[in-house]
Amino acid sequence: MLKLITSLSIAALVSLTVLGSAQASEGAIELKSGNFKHGGLFGTYDRAAAQRGLQVYREVCAGCHGLKRVAFRTLMDLGFSEDEVKAIAASYEFTDGPDKDGEMFQRPGKPFDKFPSPFANENAARASNGGALPPDLSLIAKARHDGDDYIYSVLTGFEDAPAGFEVPEGKHYNAYFPGHNIAMPPPLSDDSVEYSDGTKATLDQEAHDVSVFLTWAAEPKMEQRKQTGLKVILFLLVLAGIFYAVKRKVWSDIH
Amino acid sequence: MSFEPKNSAVKWVEHRLPIIGMLHHALYEYPTPKNLSYWWTFGSLAGVMLVVQIVTGVVLAMHYTPHVSMAFDSVEHIMRDVNYGWLLRYMHANGASMFFIVVYLHIFRGLYYGSYKAPRELLWWLGLVIFLLMMATAFMGYVLPWGQMSFWGATVITNLFSAIPVVGEHIVTWLWGGFSVGNPTLNRFFSLHYLLPFIIAGVVILHIWSLHTNGSNNPTGLDVKDKQDTIPFHPYYTVKDLFGLAIFLIFFSVFLFYAPNYLGHPDNYTPANPLVTPAHIVPEWYFLPFYAILRAVPDKLGGVTLMFGAIAVLFALPWLDKSRIRSARFRPVYKMIFWIFVLDCVALTYLGSKPPEGMYIYYGRIATAYYFIHMLILLPLVGLLETPKPLPASISEDVLSKKPVAQEAGNA
Ligand code: HEC
Ligand code: HEM
Repeated sequence: MLKLITSLSIAALVSLTVLGSAQASEGAIELKSGNFKHGGLFGTYDRAAAQRGLQVYREVCAGCHGLKRVAFRTLMDLGFSEDEVKAIAASYEFTDGPDKDGEMFQRPGKPFDKFPSPFANENAARASNGGALPPDLSLIAKARHDGDDYIYSVLTGFEDAPAGFEVPEGKHYNAYFPGHNIAMPPPLSDDSVEYSDGTKATLDQEAHDVSVFLTWAAEPKMEQRKQTGLKVILFLLVLAGIFYAVKRKVWSDIH
Repeated sequence: MSFEPKNSAVKWVEHRLPIIGMLHHALYEYPTPKNLSYWWTFGSLAGVMLVVQIVTGVVLAMHYTPHVSMAFDSVEHIMRDVNYGWLLRYMHANGASMFFIVVYLHIFRGLYYGSYKAPRELLWWLGLVIFLLMMATAFMGYVLPWGQMSFWGATVITNLFSAIPVVGEHIVTWLWGGFSVGNPTLNRFFSLHYLLPFIIAGVVILHIWSLHTNGSNNPTGLDVKDKQDTIPFHPYYTVKDLFGLAIFLIFFSVFLFYAPNYLGHPDNYTPANPLVTPAHIVPEWYFLPFYAILRAVPDKLGGVTLMFGAIAVLFALPWLDKSRIRSARFRPVYKMIFWIFVLDCVALTYLGSKPPEGMYIYYGRIATAYYFIHMLILLPLVGLLETPKPLPASISEDVLSKKPVAQEAGNA
């Protein structure tokens, strides 16, 4: 048994390193760490940061990026009250219908609605962004390696291009975007928003906060997942102990 | 120790359909070598994983929509809106990886202890058929969420068939149900992905039937001589397998609850887009060794032939290995080349994940060549030339020789 466990752990370590290094080398640029509280076995989303991140998204990013998979009602996970959620939803207009006369009509958003996208379709989005498509951000944190650190790094990674590096018309130099030429103009700077909770809105703070918010948007069940996992694993440990004891007992007469 | 029911209802059924007796025979009495190590747990773990995949899969299918414009959204709907949908989906996605881990260990166990040798050749073949069906099932399952890797993985792999001379292009069009991977492809993949696991279940029954016909192999590789060598499956191996299962489920849970996307690819969280090719198209980790072999030669047909050849040689294994001794415990040279072969497979996995450029191409060729050298040259030669260690007289003699203390303390 001991031998099996040792050989399996060695095999597991080797293969994880192999797989890990295989993945790592793909995005060769080393990312900055956003020092997030949602990492690790027990990490949870920083509610205050996520709420501020929502503000950054709504006031800055939403001009170009949709968030079409996130329903307003789920914002209650971030500590918003039902009334606050209703107010946030109602600040958007939705086209609904047809009514009984066959007409489409405008109505304020409801908690069951999802964030509306800024452009009617992909072509409209490209036309407004010099041909580039601002991706929907609902899943961006899972659609990139180390998504939370990646978003944080890109948002804080706009710099002057090194001497000799060619940045084409309509592109911007970014230290962390693959290829470095990104079509997104630097969206954030100090005081891009005014935080209602008194937090100082530095570029770094805004980038951190919106990264927390987008990580939640991509993986809203993370906390439930980790909590369930803890219970399941504790249960399995006890179960394994019991089975082991029974096994010892049953096998004690075999020689 | 045949089955004699006391309960009259059981008797009534048994008289008409002796199924309870059959199960009793298979899961209770089945005389099993008494020296099986934990390496023998992986067969039953594979069975458990098949059930996990079928159960989670059937529930997922209740919420999933196989249409190019809705598949991705329906998976996100499962992740966000369906009660415990995230759990179901992560179980199914990570479950596939766990299934392959378990089956790979199961296969390497068979290689080490010579479980493929007479009279277990058919058993080995049925195992390989299961393995092939698993690969087909997992490949088509990965297409269903309709992310970027789903689409491009499907495109690359189905395109392999175009390497077949003359009819290749027609076959690809026929597979796709159109002129590119599209809605008809997604629909048929869903249909087949639902069907194949049940076929696997059928082959597993044959696999176990065949197993029970000659009995399990064991770490000594010796045949069972008499009753001294065996114990009934229940309670000895049921409880041992249950302990193994609990440990395995802990391993599974670590991925499931704490790193559910570690084994996947981030690109699959971007909806499929036929106009944007991802920077690197890589298959799931369990296909990487075969992917490395596929790319080892510059010629498409050659690569495809080698890749299928890599599995075909496994079918020929019982005849390629010339040694009459089963277990590597008594075959010092085979033991050595076995471990080198394991390393070679790890190397192929690594190389499969790398872009085919620079030195990786050469390493890929060396590792591929070694795979076939092991199977086609070393295995037959070692079998003929090696001097095996002396074999114990029987399984129980081997067990006793290892447990002097237990023997003293043991009571009848
Ligand atoms: C003026 C429009 C605009 C605004 C405002 C904007 N973006 Fe973007 N964003 C873009 C465009 C265009 C792209 C596509 C860039 C490309 O492909 O080169 C993009 C790409 C991105 C990407 C993906 C980079 C990648 O790896 O593909 C992220 C993440 C992102 N934006 C986050 C944000 C966040 C967070 C905000 C708000 C703080 C924001 N953006 C505000 C236009 C915008
Ligand atoms: C769905 C997948 C599979 C299931 C459910 C399964 C199940 C089992 C079970 C329950 C056993 C008996 C317990 C054990 O020996 O571990 C067994 C034995 C065996 N299996 Fe499988 N198996 C699967 C796949 C495979 C594959 C892919 C191979 C090899 C190519 C294989 C080869 C064997 C052999 C050779 C034995 C006899 C081993 C021995 O007794 O030493 N199996 N299988």
